Amino acid sequence: MIPRFWRNIRYRYNLIATKCETCGEIFFPPRKLCPNCRRRGKLVEKKLSGRGKIYTYTVVYNAPLGFEMQLPYIIAIVELEEGVRVTAQIVDCDPDDVHIGMEVEAVFRRISEDGEAGLIYYGYKFRPVKEGGDGHEV
Amino acid sequence: MRVAVIGVGLTKFGEHWDKSFTDLFVEAGVRAIEDAGIDGKDIEAMFIGNMSGGRFIDQEHISCLIADRAGLSPIPSTRVEAACASGGLALRQGVMSILSGFHDVVVVGGVEKMTDIATERTTQILATASDQEWEAFLGVTFPSLYAMIARRHMHEFGTTREQLALVSVKNHRNAMKNPYAQFHREITVEDVLNSPLVADPLRLLDCSPISDGAACLILASEDKAKEFTDSPVWIIGSGQASSTIALHDRKNIVVQEATIHASREAYKRAKKEPKDIEVAEVHDAFTIGEILAIEALGFFKIGEGGRATEEGLTEIGGKVAVNPSGGLKAKGHPVGATGVAQAVEIVLQLRGEAHGRNTNADVGLTHNVGGSGGTSVVHIFEKG
Ligand SMILES: [Zn+2]
Repeated sequence: MIPRFWRNIRYRYNLIATKCETCGEIFFPPRKLCPNCRRRGKLVEKKLSGRGKIYTYTVVYNAPLGFEMQLPYIIAIVELEEGVRVTAQIVDCDPDDVHIGMEVEAVFRRISEDGEAGLIYYGYKFRPVKEGGDGHEV
Repeated sequence: MRVAVIGVGLTKFGEHWDKSFTDLFVEAGVRAIEDAGIDGKDIEAMFIGNMSGGRFIDQEHISCLIADRAGLSPIPSTRVEAACASGGLALRQGVMSILSGFHDVVVVGGVEKMTDIATERTTQILATASDQEWEAFLGVTFPSLYAMIARRHMHEFGTTREQLALVSVKNHRNAMKNPYAQFHREITVEDVLNSPLVADPLRLLDCSPISDGAACLILASEDKAKEFTDSPVWIIGSGQASSTIALHDRKNIVVQEATIHASREAYKRAKKEPKDIEVAEVHDAFTIGEILAIEALGFFKIGEGGRATEEGLTEIGGKVAVNPSGGLKAKGHPVGATGVAQAVEIVLQLRGEAHGRNTNADVGLTHNVGGSGGTSVVHIFEKG
């Protein structure tokens, strides 16, 4: 699965979305075809701010392979400032404190380990925005 | 539209360590053929629902394997895959092959063998029904997607934890009377609320189990059916729809949009309305799934499914009997077989042969979902 991961590294590491200049909708994960405009759509890349609010969340207690060491961990759908939603882990947060509407920001972290191949995958996670902090450390 | 169901067959659902994938299918298939009273040579084609033979048992080319082991070669055999909706889609392919005039008698089967491998591996395989690159890669499990839907449903509509538990309690109670069900154990709301957390707020007893099993139907055209029976059960409506594969891409995750589209098509073809449905087998892979289903199918208003469940409106004898078989939760969920097994239960209900759990219904419905709601397929049945 290494090629599949590698192809998306640019988007994963930098939170780059695509925006359709015809209808204005932003897509993350990036789409190569606008489902609203199809052939009339014109997609250009757009970097996202990485700031948003938790739309919904769960705390995972049964992990898939490669995630056992992280249990229990929070998975959320985050609604970003630009209006798009993204699925990600929430870190630096106690599972008892997470809530819908919580303000979060993207951070760059280790996602999982593939023991057999000896690989470590990196990408975005989100953490709560600290009151009063500038919050843009990545 | 009218397609006859002239035969049904099931295996018991559960852990069948002593039976192979093909043993299970042949067992259900032989029962369906005997039930129909037909000869193997009457069958013209077969459609098989199977989610992941390749990953669960290291076997692809399921279509050929099944035709071979069932002794039905050289008839054409086609495998259909749409994650947990594979069985429902196989049924739809069979229905369309008859309505098109291509065939007069076809077999529709569904089969899955999930217990030959470790549970962690099964968890990983089931997560392939989600978006591998943008959900599963990040640590998403299949229960976690439904957990996020449940959390949002509770947030927007005030659906309670107890209401979710009541879905499971009802379905376990119904399964007590179903000899094919995986579980014959009544449970209480407290049992659900005290079971281990899987993906908060969902607990173990909110989740359907890992199961082996197979189900089979014999379909016939209206003319051909007369040769075998005077009173078949008719399939009078069929609908299918898609949504985004990733949950985060849906504008509104608390409404199962694909089911709204699929059921609209099925109701239109059947010339029926939600209020005409007396019994339904719906996709309760997780308790919240049944709430989403009874709302999107139009039995209850959006947001009122939890309350309707609490008021007993979905019990046998209620406004609409939902999952009299025990549903995926208590009957079991061998993923590829599920959509076909739902149809088997509705046929038994309309024939009055669902002993101990009969609903005396004339019109029934099946609702089968793939992934977190990316595929939905609905069929409507009427007593002959
Ligand atoms: Zn567009």
